[in-house]
Amino acid sequence: MEPLIRLTGRVAPLLRANVDTDAIIPSREMKLVSKKGLSAGLFANWRYSDVDARVENPDFVLNRPERRGAAILLAGPNFGCGSSREHAVWALVEYGVRCILAPSFGAIFRGNCIRNGLLPIVRPQEEVEALAAEAEAMPQAQMTVDLERCMLTSPEGRSIPFDISAADREMLLEGLDAVGATLKRMDQIRAFEAAYRQARPWRFHLPTG
Amino acid sequence: MVRMRKAVGQTLFDKLWRQHTVAELPDGSTLLYLDRILLHERTGSIALKSLAESGRSIHAPAQATVVIDHIVDTLPGRSDDTLMPGGGAFIRETRQAAAAAGIRVLDVDDPLQGIVHVVSPELGIAQPGLTLVCPDSHTCTQGALGALAWGIGSTDCEHALATQTLAVHKPANMRVRLDGQPAPGVTAKDIILHLIAAHGAGGGAGHAVEFAGEAVEAMSVEARMTLCNMAVEFAAWTGLCAPDQKVIDYVEGRPFAPSGEDWRRAVESWRELASDPSAAFDREIVVDVSALEPQVTWGVSPQHATGITGRAPEAGEQSVERALAYMALAPGQSLEGLPIDAAFIGSCTNSRLSDLRAAAEVLRGRKVAAGVRAICVPGSTQVKRAAEAEGLDTVFRDAGFEWRESGCSMCFFAGGEHFAERSRVISTTNRNFENRQGPSVRTHLASPVTVAASAVAGHITDPRRLTA
Repeated sequence: MEPLIRLTGRVAPLLRANVDTDAIIPSREMKLVSKKGLSAGLFANWRYSDVDARVENPDFVLNRPERRGAAILLAGPNFGCGSSREHAVWALVEYGVRCILAPSFGAIFRGNCIRNGLLPIVRPQEEVEALAAEAEAMPQAQMTVDLERCMLTSPEGRSIPFDISAADREMLLEGLDAVGATLKRMDQIRAFEAAYRQARPWRFHLPTG
Repeated sequence: MVRMRKAVGQTLFDKLWRQHTVAELPDGSTLLYLDRILLHERTGSIALKSLAESGRSIHAPAQATVVIDHIVDTLPGRSDDTLMPGGGAFIRETRQAAAAAGIRVLDVDDPLQGIVHVVSPELGIAQPGLTLVCPDSHTCTQGALGALAWGIGSTDCEHALATQTLAVHKPANMRVRLDGQPAPGVTAKDIILHLIAAHGAGGGAGHAVEFAGEAVEAMSVEARMTLCNMAVEFAAWTGLCAPDQKVIDYVEGRPFAPSGEDWRRAVESWRELASDPSAAFDREIVVDVSALEPQVTWGVSPQHATGITGRAPEAGEQSVERALAYMALAPGQSLEGLPIDAAFIGSCTNSRLSDLRAAAEVLRGRKVAAGVRAICVPGSTQVKRAAEAEGLDTVFRDAGFEWRESGCSMCFFAGGEHFAERSRVISTTNRNFENRQGPSVRTHLASPVTVAASAVAGHITDPRRLTA
């Protein structure tokens, strides 16, 4: 996973509430058993007026010239609710989105972000809306997100601190692999498992074949 | 002076959490031991593939199960090749990867095949007290048995397979207490839709939600699964119910359930699995279910639900206007009487034998209205066989329903089979998102009895008109 330390890029406001992962990547766009090749399907039902022919809908935010290729999304509450499909995050990252600000996130989606170098920042709705207003007023202005300092810079240049758990921050900064980290604890896990199995053997007596 | 410490009990969720705690990690998360891992061909496939490519091995293949349910066709005579372009590759790659990893597969033609959240309880894979994960958001369904079951992403599924654990920040405790008893024609589906409408699709965020109260106690185990199924639509981390005698009776004798001395010990431990009377919940919501009428959604989020005699909201908020436009509804329009093009009974929410029986009760001796496409997809091959054994297939077919093989089917559109563009569908599924059931398809979520009654009427209708 590519580390994320500091990011400056275009901003796209997409403030509607409850944007679900079906909207982020429709199931029909998950064509192969792969994490790749998904960005063309990102927001497909909104981004294209003809999905099959990939005819762009000029009204969709990411199709506006100043928003195209945005690295930062400003989103509404409960962003990424719905299906667990990690393809939603893979599609966003492949497109170039590395940070999303929203009042809240779907829990599974948020976890998937952390695993894939996409920074989810929780900020109050009024603040996300204010940032969106700045972005609309200054279409060419970019935003900067500094994960080392936990500070973002608004389109107008205001500095805004944000919180993220130390573990999530470290994982993103270092581009860590969570599986690798836990595998170092396998002795501890095996010891737990042995005692647990002794206390609750029925949980391990499974039919074979 | 002796200081008395006030005893604060544990919730059911606290107990399950503590029992599975391998370690408290420095970052404040907990490393939880996982008893069962379930996968399906849609999202499990990439987890298996990616894990194999990483060269890491699977810690306990015997504790994992792969189910083919998501994109397999539900038409008679189905094979690996699906109506979804490229769907066959998902099925074949999943099967191959599972075989290479030594994980059992409930395959396309297996008599035990079905929707993962239907077959797992049905086979006794899910049991009270277990932790269980699956790269599928509706894994919370299985919390109905008193299991700690939650949906995860594919990368976390790799983590689960490789280490038999996941590191999780502990969610807060919420209790949803359902008081009273629902009126005839009002089901678990109506209750959960009402809860989400009343408190929002984000209402349960950050919480594990225990459903409790006299209505839950009176509910069948299958109805509790419907309730817990939509906990994720409430943004809850999971939903769960304390296991009672009904659950114990439900689990007994199932193929993966404990037996003999194991059974005795298991049941003894399950009797401990309830929130202590002194347990503190961070939040509590109380719903008087006796006041509810059957529910139906009008918009594009499960929170867009209302009583069936209700109306779409007046215009105002932009999100409401957008939803009304997508659904082709006028502000303030009555929902009852809205003509439908199709009716769908199925999905991990409402495809169990009790759901099919309830719908068949409405359909018996009646016909689906002309022009309405009606489909019933049993939740598992076992459900299908059991329904056929009591003649329910005949009831559905005689009424004009298609009677399908089991699977997720048209709960979602993967590029294959779907409802006609812009058609209006009343559906027992869990998501009325835009384009979920097909391009521009307008989905109205409801219970099996409401869907059956509406199929007969040809428009959205109050099932109490047909069942009274």
